[in-house]
Amino acid sequence: MRVLQLALRRLAASLPTLLLILVGLFLLLQLAPGDTVDALMAQMGGGDQALAEELRRFYGLDVGIAAQLGRYLMRLVTLDLGFSSIYGKPVATVILERLPATLLLMVSALSFAFFFGLVLGVVAARRVNKWPDTLISTLGLVFYATPSFWFGLMAIVLFSVYLQWLPAGGFGDITQNLTGIAAVLDIARYLVLPTLTLGLIFLAIYLRIMRASMLEVLSLDFVRTARAKGLSETRVVARHVLRNAMLPMVTLIGLQAGTMLGGSVVVESVFALPGLGRLAYESVVQRDLNTLLGIAFISAVLVICINFLVDILYARLDPRISAGS
Amino acid sequence: MRALKAYGRSPAALIGTAILLAVVVMGVGASWFYPDDPLGLAGRPLQWPGANPRFPLGTDPSGRDIAAQLFHGARVSLLIGFVATSIAVMIGIAIGALAGFYGGMTDTALMRVTEAFQTLPNFLLLLVLVAVFGSTIETVTIAIGLVSWPPVARLTRAEFLTLRTRDFVQACRVQGLSDLHLIVREVLPNALPPVIVYASVVMAVAILLESALAFLQLSDPNVPSWGNLIGLGRNVLRTEWYVSAIPGVAILLTILGVSLVGQGLNDALNPRLAASR
Repeated sequence: MRVLQLALRRLAASLPTLLLILVGLFLLLQLAPGDTVDALMAQMGGGDQALAEELRRFYGLDVGIAAQLGRYLMRLVTLDLGFSSIYGKPVATVILERLPATLLLMVSALSFAFFFGLVLGVVAARRVNKWPDTLISTLGLVFYATPSFWFGLMAIVLFSVYLQWLPAGGFGDITQNLTGIAAVLDIARYLVLPTLTLGLIFLAIYLRIMRASMLEVLSLDFVRTARAKGLSETRVVARHVLRNAMLPMVTLIGLQAGTMLGGSVVVESVFALPGLGRLAYESVVQRDLNTLLGIAFISAVLVICINFLVDILYARLDPRISAGS
Repeated sequence: MRALKAYGRSPAALIGTAILLAVVVMGVGASWFYPDDPLGLAGRPLQWPGANPRFPLGTDPSGRDIAAQLFHGARVSLLIGFVATSIAVMIGIAIGALAGFYGGMTDTALMRVTEAFQTLPNFLLLLVLVAVFGSTIETVTIAIGLVSWPPVARLTRAEFLTLRTRDFVQACRVQGLSDLHLIVREVLPNALPPVIVYASVVMAVAILLESALAFLQLSDPNVPSWGNLIGLGRNVLRTEWYVSAIPGVAILLTILGVSLVGQGLNDALNPRLAASR
C-alpha cells in the first residue's frame, strides 16, 4: 500500500511537468509558418479569403494565442486532442488506432533487451577479463555504435531478401484472414526484425550496466557471507546478487522510455509499421501540427506512466524503499 | 600528465583515437581528396564498388560518387556533432550550475524544466523543432543541441551540489568573492572532468540523431550526409544494398571511435573507477 502511495505521489509531481510540456509545445507550434487552415486550403487546391476566415472561426483560430491555449488545455482535460484535417478524423482517434503497434513494439524490444542484457551482463561479470567478457563487452560497444535504421535495413537485406525467412515490413499478412493463434503468430513474425532493430542499442546499454553492477554487488560483504555459508556460486548469483544488481537496470527502463519512443519513429518508418512513431513522421511531412502536438502529449503521458510502473517495480525489488522514509 | 599516460596505456582508447583521427582527416581533407561537388553527377548511376576504378565505392542512384559523399559527409557529421555538443554542454552547464549552486526555488524551477525536456522523447521534440523552423543545416544543428542538454545539466548540478559546501568554496565566500567568481573560477573547474567525459556520449548521440533525421529525409538535403545517403539507398535496397551499407559502416566506426575515446578519458580521469573494473 505504501509503495502505491509513494508511486502516486511521484505521479502527481509529474503533472506540472506535463503542463509545462504542453504550454511549451503549444507556443512553439505558434511559431510555425502557416496554420491548419493554410494546410487545409492547400489540400483543397486554394480558396478565397472569406472561406479561410470562415474555416479559422470553425477551428477556433480567430482568437488570440492565450485564448487558444486556454481552450486547448480545457479540451485536453476531456481528452479531446482536436481534429486532424489531414486524416479527416479526431486526433485522439487517429492516435488510438496507431498506439497498439507502438506499445507492442516497445514491450517486445524492451523484453528482448532486458532479458539478453541481463544474461550477457551476468556471463561477462562472472568471467570478468577473460575471453567471454572481452567478447561480450566488444559486442556491446559495437551494438551501441550501430545506427538502428541502418541495422534494420541490413537485416531486411539478409533475412528478407536473401534468406527470405522473415517479412521486410508491414504488420501482419493482409491477404489471409487469420484468426486466433495463427494471427498472433503471424504478427509475431512481422515483429521479429523491428524488435531486434529497436532493442539493439538498449541491449548494449543494459549489458554494460548489468556487468558493472554485478561486479559491484559481487564485492559486497553479504556476498562473502553467502559464500561463507557454503552456498554454490550459482545459488549466490541467482538468490543474492541478481536481485540487487538488477536495480540500476530497472531505473534505466524509466529513464530511457522516452529514448525508446523516439527510436520507434525511425524503426516504424523502416519497417512500415502502422504505429505512433510513423504517424509522427507523417504528420511532420504533411505539416499536420495538430496531430504532432497530440502525439507529443500522448508520448509524454506514456513516459510518465512507464515511470510510474517502474517506481512500483523498483519498490518491490528493493524493500528498503517502502520501509524507509 | 599522469592522466595522459593512463590514457596512452589503454588499447581501447588508442584504437578510438586512431579511428576518430582517420574520420577527422577524411573530413578536413575532403575538398583536397574530392575537389568536385560531391552532390554533382559523376558517372553512370548504381555502379557496384570496384566495378569502375574511378569509383572505388561505386555510385548512388543519382550517379554521384559514394566515396566523395563519404568524405564530405564526414565533415558534416563531425561539424554537426561538435557544434551541437558544444551547444548542449553550454546550456547544460549553465542550467546545472545555477540549479546546483543556488538550490532552493531556482533549483526547483530549473529542474522542472529539465524534467519536462526529459519526459518528452527527444527525437519527437527534434521532429517538432524541424517542423517549425525548417531543416537547414544550421537549424538542425541547433535543434539537436537544444534536445541534448538535460543529462549534462543533471550531471553538472550533482557535481555543484557536492562541491559548493566544500571548505575551499567556503573560504572564497568568506573572502567576499562574488557568486559569479565562485561559480566560474572555483567550482566549475572542479566539476568539469565528468562533464567532459559525458560530452563524448552527447556527441555520439548527436551524430546518431542527425543521421536518423537525414535518413528520414528531414535534414538539409543540400549537404552531403551519411544518413541522407542511407535513406537514398533504401529505394534500391533489394538489389544495390551497398548504397546504404557503406555510409552505415562509416557512422558505426565514427560512433565507436567517439565512445572509445570517451571511455579512455573516463578511465584516465577517474583512476579509482578504472582500477575497480
